Amino acid sequence: MISLSDLGIISEIIISALLVIGAFFVLVGSIGLLKLDNAMSRLHAPTKATTLGVGALLMASMTYAFATRDGSMHEILVMAFLFATAPISGNFIAKANMHRLRGKKDLPPPPDDHVWGTYSDT
Amino acid sequence: MRARLLPHPLLTVLLAIVWCLLVNEIKLGTVVFGLILGLLIPIITAAYWPDRPPVGRPIKLLSYLLIVLWDILVANVAVAMIVLFKSNKNMRPNWVVVPLDLCTPEAITMLAGTITLTPGTVSADLSDDGKALLVHALDAEDPDAVRDEIKQRYERRLKEIFE
Repeated sequence: MISLSDLGIISEIIISALLVIGAFFVLVGSIGLLKLDNAMSRLHAPTKATTLGVGALLMASMTYAFATRDGSMHEILVMAFLFATAPISGNFIAKANMHRLRGKKDLPPPPDDHVWGTYSDT
Repeated sequence: MRARLLPHPLLTVLLAIVWCLLVNEIKLGTVVFGLILGLLIPIITAAYWPDRPPVGRPIKLLSYLLIVLWDILVANVAVAMIVLFKSNKNMRPNWVVVPLDLCTPEAITMLAGTITLTPGTVSADLSDDGKALLVHALDAEDPDAVRDEIKQRYERRLKEIFE
């Protein structure tokens, strides 16, 4: 069993700082979700929390693993998968929003008489 | 011959790395098994990758990833400030149309992903001819400035990498 005091002061500071930073940005993401007032703006908050917030938390986990055991690289994979999937889920929510806005509010049209893919019939 | 045995060399390397990370140790056995997987999976799935874009400059791709990571860091702080200290009244959410110079689907996917990951902007849709991207900006007084920054900072670099 490893107690925290075995870590050494420097790694302890680094890990704590990363945890606080990560928690702060995840908190800001949640506050944004509550506070912002239209659906598209609200989408910004959670897609952002995953990037820096979860990124910092995973860095803390990695630092801890390297300071105590022989290290762990799983976190890199978690981050890579998150970074690959977060834009896709964000994109789907945005498309759902575009369908809700259809006919209610004018989006800027694409150039040359084309329509946005979500609205096209084909 | 080379194309049949190694249809996707980058995917081979990527799969080997992912396998080592999954097993969470770097030993000869894991690396060899990762390489076996990396050789077999691209051959089996080759039919699903009809036209692969050649990544001409992997080093440029790396520097692009570093730039994006740095931007995520900087812009996250900016968005946190907006969320915490700016009232909804003063916020200017805006739609931005970004005309695209990129043609390959992979490059456009990278650009759309980058736009969503960098805080303040979310890519929402592509026009039906694939020549323009619809982006939503959280707080943009001037949509043209956002468009120019995306084109300058990300699209120009992606064009160098993929096209």
